[in-house]
Amino acid sequence: MSGRGYRTFRGGVHPPTHKELSSSKAVTQAPVPAEVVIPLNQHIGAPNVPLVSPGDRVDVGQKIGETEAFVSAPVHSSVAGTVRAVEDVRNFTGAIVRAVVITADAEQPAFAAARMKPVGELTADEIRRLAREGGLVGMGGAAFPTHVKLTPPRDKPVDTVLLNACECEPFLTCDHRLMLERPAHIVEGLKLLVRAVGAERGIIGIEANKMDAVDGLRAAVSSEPGLDVAVLDVKYPEGSEKQLISVVTGRKVPPGMLPGEVGCLVQNVGTSVALYEMASIGKPLYERVVTVTGPGLRSPGNFLAKIGTRISMLIEAAGGWAGEPARLIMGGPMTGWAQEEPVASVVKGTSGVLVLTPELVDARDEHACVRCGKCVEACPMFLMPNYIAEAAIREDWAKAEMYGALDCFECGCCSYTCPAYIPHVSYARKAKAQLAALKKR
Amino acid sequence: MEPAEGRAREKKVPREVSGQAPLLHMGVSPHIRAADTTTRIMGWVIIAVLPLTVYGVYIGGFKAFLVIAMSVIGAVATEAIIQRIRHIPVTISDLSALLTGLLLGLTLPPRLPWWIALMGGVAAIALGKQVFGGLGHNIFNPALVGRAVIFVSYPAYMTTSYLVRGQAFVVNTPTIRALNSVTTATPLFVAGQVRDHQLAVNTARYIGPYLWGNPWGCIGEVSAILILLGLGILLYQGLVDWRIPVCMAGTVVLLSWALGMNPILAAVSGGLLFGACFMATDYVTNPMTAWGKVVFSVGCGLVTVVLRFYSNLPEGVMFAILLMNGFTPMIDRYMKPRPFGHKSVVSQA
Repeated sequence: MSGRGYRTFRGGVHPPTHKELSSSKAVTQAPVPAEVVIPLNQHIGAPNVPLVSPGDRVDVGQKIGETEAFVSAPVHSSVAGTVRAVEDVRNFTGAIVRAVVITADAEQPAFAAARMKPVGELTADEIRRLAREGGLVGMGGAAFPTHVKLTPPRDKPVDTVLLNACECEPFLTCDHRLMLERPAHIVEGLKLLVRAVGAERGIIGIEANKMDAVDGLRAAVSSEPGLDVAVLDVKYPEGSEKQLISVVTGRKVPPGMLPGEVGCLVQNVGTSVALYEMASIGKPLYERVVTVTGPGLRSPGNFLAKIGTRISMLIEAAGGWAGEPARLIMGGPMTGWAQEEPVASVVKGTSGVLVLTPELVDARDEHACVRCGKCVEACPMFLMPNYIAEAAIREDWAKAEMYGALDCFECGCCSYTCPAYIPHVSYARKAKAQLAALKKR
Repeated sequence: MEPAEGRAREKKVPREVSGQAPLLHMGVSPHIRAADTTTRIMGWVIIAVLPLTVYGVYIGGFKAFLVIAMSVIGAVATEAIIQRIRHIPVTISDLSALLTGLLLGLTLPPRLPWWIALMGGVAAIALGKQVFGGLGHNIFNPALVGRAVIFVSYPAYMTTSYLVRGQAFVVNTPTIRALNSVTTATPLFVAGQVRDHQLAVNTARYIGPYLWGNPWGCIGEVSAILILLGLGILLYQGLVDWRIPVCMAGTVVLLSWALGMNPILAAVSGGLLFGACFMATDYVTNPMTAWGKVVFSVGCGLVTVVLRFYSNLPEGVMFAILLMNGFTPMIDRYMKPRPFGHKSVVSQA
């Protein structure tokens, strides 16, 4: 396999990437849906309060949900139209969430670029305010509010900004396309991130299966002091925050701590572009690139989709069902969420819509652990997933904690490699939830 | 939510995707997985010992075939019967019981009466595996448990049923002849006695047969070269950790050498190579972590040498591995890997 022999972390797995399905497809605008369903909460943090009511007219980019709380990010309308309802819907995880449903106008005006202060003159405070106003969150999937990350505590200065361009999840190519098509915007965004936290350097971490993107980014950073590109091994989960920091800087984030603890800030390349767009033309985060791919689709591709677009529309945009679709996933195949029907809507953290066919979904009942140790070898956190699973089965939560359940970030390497089909990740999730409940008591 | 509104939403479920609506299955992440299955792993181990089995039967003849067949039948039938009795799914198709029977058969003398081999297979699964709860739950290597049971039950058969008895190859001295009349399995035993009696014996001349066509060992000890071929297959398939055979055999070779024995003979004689390659590497009964495996296999080597040189057992590999199997849970507990970013393992315990 190509892309080996570069810097990497210990553990992890090498699933086939399948990126060739969509990596050469340029980003195209997905059709504007007749109706968008925009969940008010698309981030980790405090819930938003709707700013609109049924019957209200809204414009593209108009703020429709907000809260006073610091750890939160506002949401904006992705279309010009009329609010039909503010109601509870089921989001892609199956949770019931409040959403603003907007009927889009037949004619959609282009986004009117606002007159902004020159990007080069923005102060750290202004960049943070823009990140918040733009509703920016981590676009790699976790959706943590960006402005919070850009506000490091005074006693923990950040010296290194890492731009996560690994895209280590198989199938996904949305970040790859951004890097190929908009390297200058990525680098401009990175400069803003570096300035916002007063860092000394900004490093773009990218897997070695995207050398075309590496070339473009290297050219874009060549005249920028303090910025660099780090080429990393093709291995999952190279783009996990703690692993990326460790590989690029050699620093280890202690358990339960954030990257700020070791003077680092990690942002996704998509977030970097969104920050640049907000700073340069005042465009909030209301659309994003989504990879719609998999052998269960006729023509996979990368689409610029409005937040709130139902994924059925994206599936249609990718040519509709093909072959024998067996599993529909929002996100990547390692950490994404299976969908029963294509009804959920795209949110800020949606990187992919994936349709797998039966030969890829090898779902069987779990059977006895033979203690082969493959999960221990694969765990990038150096935990013992089989013992966590065993403890969770016996509901021995103290033991699950002893074997590291709380350090698990659910990358799925253990279950991926398990010959006994044990869903360690589910067991670890259960253990984490139980341990959290016990600690609250 | 008012019911009316709920109904209205039901109708709105979009159907704008062309083509037949597929039946989508739910599941938890990760949604893809590597190709390994338990059955595939067991199958590869069987393939790895197959050349050895074929050659062992070729050298040992029909009786050797019968020993292996009976041991396999005993193991597989016992697995099926006990699972029936326990009202749990019968899992003989995962090949694990077949592998246990095969490995046991390979550690038996070729001229062993067939009914002892059958009993070994039954004991391996019943006492070595199912009594602990089945696959993955056993503490001791089932094949070796089966062997140990018949070894202590029928020591005479187990030490005399070889193609050629040890004495035929032993230097013609009264001491050795006297010793061999007690029965001995392999020149190893003789070597131990020779060392004790300060007799100068050129034990190196046994090395050749051990590599290719050992007539005084168990069926699976017939050729060191074929054992290493099997190990090569397992390593190539990524199914065993190299540390275990290397550390176990390495420990035995170095210590034997230090104790005055020909190191190559120490490596190739007796059950060492077979045990180090196919028995100590059993997933279920050795530790999970890399360093745990090192401790385990060095321990196996140490105990093997102690038993070979300082006990009146002719061979120490079986009991060495069984003993270290018993330490596996403890090694796993104390040699837990330190999680990423943890300063010390103490904070976790």
